[in-house]
Amino acid sequence: MKWETVIGLEAHVELSTKTKIFCSCSTEFGGAPNTHCCPVCTGMPGTLPVLNKKVLEYAVRAGLALNCSINEYNRFDRKNYFYPDLPKAYQISQLYLPFAQNGFVDIKTKSGARRRIRIHEIHMEEDAGKLIHFAKDNSTCMDYNRCGIPLLEIVTEPDFRTAEEVTAFLGKIKSVFEYLGISDCKMEEGSMRADVNLSVRSEGASEFGTRTEMKNISSFRAIERAIAYEAKRQTEVIENGGTIIQETRRWDDVKCQSMSMRSKGNAQDYRYFPEPDIPPVVISKEEIQHYNDICPEFAGERAERFIREMKLSEEDAEIISASKNLADIFEETVKICEAPAEVRFWFMSGVLYYMNETNTDACDIKLKPEKFAEFINIVQSGKITRISGKQVFEKLLSCDDFDIMTFIKENQLEQVEDTGLVEETVRSVISANPKAVSQYKNGETKILGFFVGQVMKKLKGKADPAIVNKAVAEGLDRTNSNRENAK
Amino acid sequence: MTALETGAAIKSGKITAVSAAEQVLDAAEKGNEKINAYITVCREKALKRAAEVQKKIESGELTSPLAGVPFSVKDNICTKGIRTTCASKMLENFEPVYDATVIKKLEAAGGVVIGKLNMDEFAMGSTSETSYFGPVRNPRNLSRVPGGSSGGAAAAVAGKMAVAALGSDTGGSVRLPASYCGVTGFKPTYGIVSRFGLIAYASSFDQIGPVARDAADCAAIMDIISGKDIMDSTSLDTESPGYLASLTGEVKGMKIGIPRECFISSGLNSEVAEKVMAAAEVLKNAGAETEEISLPFLRYAVPAYYIIASAEASSNLSRYEGVKYGYRSENFSSLSELYSSSRSGGFGKEVKKRILLGTFVLSGGYYDRYYLKAQGVRAKIKKNFDEIFSRYDLILCPSAPDTAPESGRSLDDPLKMYLSDIFTVSANLAGLPAISFPCGNDSSGMPVGVQIIGKAMDDVKVLNAAHAYQKLTDFHKNFAEVK
Repeated sequence: MKWETVIGLEAHVELSTKTKIFCSCSTEFGGAPNTHCCPVCTGMPGTLPVLNKKVLEYAVRAGLALNCSINEYNRFDRKNYFYPDLPKAYQISQLYLPFAQNGFVDIKTKSGARRRIRIHEIHMEEDAGKLIHFAKDNSTCMDYNRCGIPLLEIVTEPDFRTAEEVTAFLGKIKSVFEYLGISDCKMEEGSMRADVNLSVRSEGASEFGTRTEMKNISSFRAIERAIAYEAKRQTEVIENGGTIIQETRRWDDVKCQSMSMRSKGNAQDYRYFPEPDIPPVVISKEEIQHYNDICPEFAGERAERFIREMKLSEEDAEIISASKNLADIFEETVKICEAPAEVRFWFMSGVLYYMNETNTDACDIKLKPEKFAEFINIVQSGKITRISGKQVFEKLLSCDDFDIMTFIKENQLEQVEDTGLVEETVRSVISANPKAVSQYKNGETKILGFFVGQVMKKLKGKADPAIVNKAVAEGLDRTNSNRENAK
Repeated sequence: MTALETGAAIKSGKITAVSAAEQVLDAAEKGNEKINAYITVCREKALKRAAEVQKKIESGELTSPLAGVPFSVKDNICTKGIRTTCASKMLENFEPVYDATVIKKLEAAGGVVIGKLNMDEFAMGSTSETSYFGPVRNPRNLSRVPGGSSGGAAAAVAGKMAVAALGSDTGGSVRLPASYCGVTGFKPTYGIVSRFGLIAYASSFDQIGPVARDAADCAAIMDIISGKDIMDSTSLDTESPGYLASLTGEVKGMKIGIPRECFISSGLNSEVAEKVMAAAEVLKNAGAETEEISLPFLRYAVPAYYIIASAEASSNLSRYEGVKYGYRSENFSSLSELYSSSRSGGFGKEVKKRILLGTFVLSGGYYDRYYLKAQGVRAKIKKNFDEIFSRYDLILCPSAPDTAPESGRSLDDPLKMYLSDIFTVSANLAGLPAISFPCGNDSSGMPVGVQIIGKAMDDVKVLNAAHAYQKLTDFHKNFAEVK
């Protein structure tokens, strides 16, 4: 029998407001434990929450961008449970009246498939603190810095069928929120987290199977692994004649397996009730309209524009425009240096390579367009080759506060313009490799590349590859004719 | 001396803020052995502060009519650096790191906090007998309870151990003890006084209010503590009417409704009925019109109140679990044991009872049946009041069905104790301003309180009616001397 996986998501996204949702503490990531908190966010007796208006604005803009209908009358509810990271022993959230409902997101997976994922609702809530365990003395301490960071919880319908669709959806959310400037959605910093609801059923079935919920998934790759694991586990249970228990499972990405946390039978009763400390918040139609009006251009439109105006391929345009930061750098740089193809080259080979190697998030790439354009001009003018350009560009990605030309001169990276030197190097390489020369003679013309490589190496990549190519070909041909002459 | 008289005497130089504080501190410390009205008396802090205030009064920096006046504060209002216990073992040694908004305002006006008042644990109770620090006694008769939960406040004012006090009223917690002790207690419109720093019992009912010798003092205190606070989203953004300045003492033409249900309810002491009707007569003779009205919902008020208040309390008190501050049991081997053991050991019986009740009514399957239904009743009660106040200025009724009961008898009969709130809880359910003030004594010499309730935001009208009555009578000048 063929099995189909059905997945629904609950994605938590931290909003990047300057201050917390119910007090004026900083939301900055990091900081020594318990330095970004106050009596309000640590739930000291007698304190009261006051809603940060910016959170509501960000929330509404997110809801509109994800095609939701926005509720004008908003209320918060208390979700009651005991855990040391929750100092009030309740989380202020929205159960009865979430601010946004019935939206959708259109996604495109890597394999090019397009799907529409429906959004059931989005609600606002506060984040909890963090437990820090010390193995040394088996103690646990609390860090309340994260307490009260504003969160949006995006609840989708069970519309996903593959892990690829899930990561495409999260990537799209990340892109949209970055364009709105309301969140950086960094999974590794915990500003985006997802709980995965998953069930399997025989392909073509109309009813859903029993689902499990997996918590604690903290990276795109972990999500893929967790989904693969859980789908396989459920399928095996069913194929072996067992039944799936509705339960919450914790994903352990190190052991690469999920473990049961609690089943539905002892599911928590959160005893939700309307938060009496915060009066209902009304968003006017005018405000909603205003936020609709200031909706920015998103990745999709921007990619189309890049294809049209800068002649990028669809794939390149989509990769660059997915991140507002990258797209801004790209567009600004092209505007200054007017060389889209060269900028594209450095983006695809340099920037993306750097992000992968250093595990840097797209929104943390700090590349000044003026500097980038200056660099492009230098490459295009032939002052340096692309090969030695790599060194300069890497430096540019990690720090932009230096003079490019001085750096090039100090590191002797200028292109070798002395054709005599090139020719001399070619001659020495040819005479040092007689075996290769005879291979070339015997028609192995591919060996030409070897000679070019050797010459470039000797010249430390500073010569124009085209000139070297030409010189090598001429040099080899000359040897040829010399020999013939000798005959 | 009333608070205003004390303030005037300090201003004129007859006495100083320091001597006023000393006098109250002496009386508080001496009287406390019998009355147990205070959990903490802060002599040194108060005297130091009084000296500073005195300088500022002399330099003209402080001009409030209550500058230099000693104040006593219920122990559920946070005072920075002064332990704030809620009369609970749970917070026995809890020192807040911040001042409640009312304390900030009081101190900015030159008030001098002299101590923290005993109360029912976490303000849950009607007798001030549930305190971890022992019961408060009624200075009128030491074998009687002072009422609750602001029993320490009413007893201290009645026993001249305090000039004026700040209490809190969730279901009658300022008015009931004021009634039992023969002093004046005012619960403002919900939202007029900031709750920031008031340790929550039931958030949608809690309101800080003054307990004092008369309505004029209450008005003068309202001038100081009322007003919008950005730290409390439920505080109302309204302009102060100038409470003290608005007291005319005139009630001519005022329409006062007297609910018949209050007088036919079983358990109403006939002497109470008689004194309350006599009080209505006084106002009528002063030009007010009195008329019988109906409050058909009255019998649903107490159950609705206890369901909602307990629900909110169960959530509000969850934060006391032994992790961050307060009492932590030593007997635990797991996280859940840390919680259960600390909460079992840190809370008293009445508090645990209400937490259980509140947890129950919010539980899956019961929420609709209890909590939502009670909210429905609450909405109906509000509507009923709106309708009445479209025709009447004020409602007059007893503050409680009876005078102060004997100590030690109420907690075993909780239903009877809960019913002592029957006349006060409606004002909390609807968020209305209400005042209780003395209107005579019963045959055993215990004071009887009369209550006046007004429309939301009509706080001045309520205070003024009490003030008019007190201009014509002397019941509020009758004090108990604690020997």
